[in-house]
Amino acid sequence: MNITAIKADNGVNVEALLGARAALTATPEAARFAWRATCEWVRGTHSRTTVQNFYGLGAEQTRPQAFRYDADHPELFAAEDNGATPVEYVLVALASCLTAGIASVAQNRNIQLRSVKATLEAGMDMQGILGIDSEVRNGFDGIRVTFAIDADATREEIAALVAQSQRRSAVFDIVTNPTNVAVEVA
Amino acid sequence: MAGVSRIGPAAGTVDAVVVGAGHSGLAMSHALAAHGVDHVVLERGEIANAWRHERWDSLRLLTPNWQTRLPGYRYTGGDPDGYMTATEVADFVAGYARHVSAPVRTGTAVTSLAAEGGGYVVQTERSVWRCRAAVLASGAHGVPVVPEIGAHLPATVRTLTANEYRNPSQLDSGRVLVVGASATGLQLADELCRSGRPVTIAVGEHIRMPRLYRGRDIQWWLEATGILDERYDEVDDIVRARRVPSPQLVGSPDRRTLDLNALLEQGVEVVGRLVGIDGTLLKFSGSLANHCAMADLKLNRLLDRIDGWCARLRVDDTVAAPERFAPTRVPAPPRLTLDVAKHRVATIIWATGLRPDFSWLKAPVLDHKGRLRHDGGVAAPGLYALGLNFMRRRRSSYIHGAEDDVRELAAELLRHLRGTTREAATA
Repeated sequence: MNITAIKADNGVNVEALLGARAALTATPEAARFAWRATCEWVRGTHSRTTVQNFYGLGAEQTRPQAFRYDADHPELFAAEDNGATPVEYVLVALASCLTAGIASVAQNRNIQLRSVKATLEAGMDMQGILGIDSEVRNGFDGIRVTFAIDADATREEIAALVAQSQRRSAVFDIVTNPTNVAVEVA
Repeated sequence: MAGVSRIGPAAGTVDAVVVGAGHSGLAMSHALAAHGVDHVVLERGEIANAWRHERWDSLRLLTPNWQTRLPGYRYTGGDPDGYMTATEVADFVAGYARHVSAPVRTGTAVTSLAAEGGGYVVQTERSVWRCRAAVLASGAHGVPVVPEIGAHLPATVRTLTANEYRNPSQLDSGRVLVVGASATGLQLADELCRSGRPVTIAVGEHIRMPRLYRGRDIQWWLEATGILDERYDEVDDIVRARRVPSPQLVGSPDRRTLDLNALLEQGVEVVGRLVGIDGTLLKFSGSLANHCAMADLKLNRLLDRIDGWCARLRVDDTVAAPERFAPTRVPAPPRLTLDVAKHRVATIIWATGLRPDFSWLKAPVLDHKGRLRHDGGVAAPGLYALGLNFMRRRRSSYIHGAEDDVRELAAELLRHLRGTTREAATA
């Protein structure tokens, strides 16, 4: 319905994204990206991961600034609690990916967002990682994401935003589908 | 055309060659004949070959009989609301070929089509045809698409593509995994479950539709509201629109709705998209809930559109009241893995789609994934396609979609012929 000329502004440059999509359709090799992280053990279960550079558009890409993430375990696990647990970082990744997707899709559909809040909960049976029961998996037994969204849109339009953001989400794909992981010793 | 016989190796130069004597190739032949274009229709097998030989026994059209029409020809039987069986479709198309006296050469498989000297050279096993224009009407559903995972299955599992499947008696009595949730996947899961076999269906993106809405066939609504007439150059993302699987419909005498809820009711197990295999362990995506939510939302948008149309045209009183259907009952939680050995999976059926077979097309009109590049069916000057998914409009791949597409592309083809000469093309 193009009855309004009002343009939503969620701070997403949709024109640039659509331009990139068109450019990468024409040059599939430039669409091959590689994401990187380096992680150093600090002490105990505390580690520090740094992300800065990545590969894309056929070249090394550098950022001016490195981002650092401390990971550890809570005191309940006899650790020093210097940062979120690794599994919580999975929730961070999923939530931020879906949220970025919602903002982008909303912009593309000219829906003004006022607030988007995701609440995540993932269940885990510790009998898995502690090796108590081999039938229990190490990872989550499920993830529940609940979005509270205030936007100029109907309930159905908001549901469609959330659905489309899952459909286009890298992290949603990574957690819902198998991925080959090769771990080597250098 | 009088000089074209139905048998023999005679070949030569014509204005146009039509590849494929299915409904769309024959409709094009009819249009070309009406304009006096000298042409021939080359058919690998017999008329309507795929309907005759490459479909399962219980298949019926997804469209009702009243909608089964071709230019100058339509269903005239006593059951306008019914759905033709595959054999009835083949008979209908063969009747059309006789009705329009199409110059068809059956048993003539095209082995290559290449551009040459401003025209085209069409090679068959026994003959060579030169022409100024060619029409690719060999069908949108030539070869099955099988996921790469298929190459890694244990030898104990038998696999069948949807065009190899005929009926349940072909199968062992063990569990069947149907991969894909288009009309094909749902129909086969339904039939195999009714045959007493345990059935699992792997579901990715799908289109949910009721058979009847407000008392009328859903196809009636799609036609009346103009949805089937939406053009390829009007939709937001035509690449995506062309990939949309067929709607979950079945043409059954009782006009029932076949959706995932109906399958769940029968005891079919519903799982996410098949995404991996590790030894004997099949892995399914955790995205089933989202795929079902998307299909439910899309269904409701369609019903809203229909209701809006009724309100605008003030016909609410002439049809049944609006209704909304129960959301898909996604199992909680859906199964993520299935061990083919432990759960005795005997058969996997790939209902993962069919794509056109253009392996014989030597003209530079295919993209890096082997798909035909075309603008509303125009692949190159003098080279046209028919019957592809959403080729010119949403109805392009349906039998009743041939009429408009053929009229417009025949006009294109005539313009092209007027701009070239036979001598230039065949020099």
